[in-house]
Amino acid sequence: MSAMRAQAADTVCELFEDDPSVAVVLAEISVDRFAPAFRHDPRRAVNVGIMEQTMVGVAAGFAMEGFHPVVHTITPFVAERALEQLKLDFGNQELGGLVITVGASYDYGTDGTTHHSPGDVQALLTIPAARVLVPGHADEVDALVRAVYDGDRLTYLRTQERGNARARQVEFGQLLVERRGSRGTVIAVGPMLDRVLEAADGLDVTVLYATTLAPFDAATLRAELAGAHVITVEPTWQGTLTATVSQALEGIPVGLASIGVPRQVLRDYGSADEHDRALRLDAAGIGAQLRRLLA
Amino acid sequence: MEVDMSSVTLDRDEVVRLAALATGDEKHDASSYSTLDALLVLYGRVLRHEPSNPGWAGRDRFILSKGHGPAAFYAVLAWRGYFPESWMSGFVRAGGRLGGHPDRLLVPGVEASTGSLGHGLPLAIGVALSLRAQGGDEDPRRVFVLTGDAELNEGSNWEAIMLAPQLGLGNLTLLVIDNASSSIRLRPIEHKLAAFGWDAVSVDGRDHEQLHDALSRPGAAPTAVVAVVEETG
Repeated sequence: MSAMRAQAADTVCELFEDDPSVAVVLAEISVDRFAPAFRHDPRRAVNVGIMEQTMVGVAAGFAMEGFHPVVHTITPFVAERALEQLKLDFGNQELGGLVITVGASYDYGTDGTTHHSPGDVQALLTIPAARVLVPGHADEVDALVRAVYDGDRLTYLRTQERGNARARQVEFGQLLVERRGSRGTVIAVGPMLDRVLEAADGLDVTVLYATTLAPFDAATLRAELAGAHVITVEPTWQGTLTATVSQALEGIPVGLASIGVPRQVLRDYGSADEHDRALRLDAAGIGAQLRRLLA
Repeated sequence: MEVDMSSVTLDRDEVVRLAALATGDEKHDASSYSTLDALLVLYGRVLRHEPSNPGWAGRDRFILSKGHGPAAFYAVLAWRGYFPESWMSGFVRAGGRLGGHPDRLLVPGVEASTGSLGHGLPLAIGVALSLRAQGGDEDPRRVFVLTGDAELNEGSNWEAIMLAPQLGLGNLTLLVIDNASSSIRLRPIEHKLAAFGWDAVSVDGRDHEQLHDALSRPGAAPTAVVAVVEETG
């Protein structure tokens, strides 16, 4: 079990025991990990079976009655399969709820395309006012879950197997300044940070660290802008954040580029590290792409 | 204040008049709405509710899952005083509140925003679980959800149909308006529901006594009422 996934469950179970307005709705995945909640109050901890649409709908029903629901499963089966339930039952009804996923973007590398989900963030960004979080360390998962779980909007938080070696003092809605330079601005999303720092070694660039993608911290980006290039490095489809960044920089002439998962069917197997190497998203691949873009 | 249901006269003609205000239909067309009699009985005889206080915590919940053709629903809400009759003429117009599918943020008395088929029953299960989590098994509040027979083509309904009896939701009632509009042959629907553990019956969807009796049944399992009305062309 990944550290972020385990932390998400532990934090939610603690909140569940402390706050009687928290409800947990699962679809068979991680039921064992949420056992403390089921033991504490089975009336508001429910495993619906392998029913992702119904998992989201039931959670929205809890939200209609004032509960703060948390749902959780493997990334594509909620972010894509149940997208309409997220869009309508939560988004359109303006209800709060927290979706925590496991296994993005290709952590289930050996399972193939069906279990991959580099499109999850882009899908969630189509829902007006939805909040999208991509932490890079288990401690950041804890901090962000506590900050958002009782909010009044749909919040999506994706966890990945491999994160950064060290947690940052992340705050919901804020970009962090990791280092400053003058030739360009690199925005590292969640688990990409360590790789970006290694890749940018010797490059005169500012590195910003993003764990909240929506709402996006446009003010910090505008204040910290360095040079004429803004490059996002994303664990999701290449260009997932481009529209967001473009809007944040309205009126400022910069060149935008994105390093991310190439938009192709991922038909290979192997570990997530092997996928990274093949897709040029390991430190070496990111470094080569950065140097080309900044040349 | 809570409605004393024994004092309410089921004024079908008045609801038909109000529905016709919305749609511009002739009254005999409005009279044929498939949901009209079931909604009349629910809002006049079955639901515990307070039209002057739509958010009353003690109310029974009603979710119109089949958000299509909501004129009869709006007419019943107007009849009970949830909003003024003058709103009816703004039906589906720009700037109006009464849309082609109901929006909980725009219309007092609308519990859930619906329109895309197959969303209401999962929502209703979540609401029923919430009421039980708050008030325990003795909580008197009930949850009603209305679907159409064709709406039951959507697979998400069958997820929820499998789930509700497993959860022992005796506070949940599924009302299926069956006007044989499903291209997939589902009749008898009550047999399929019973196979998954619902306490399911079929009634004449125009007969107010049958509707009242079926909708008023308490149950240990979730209950289902299939209200059969004439086929629509």
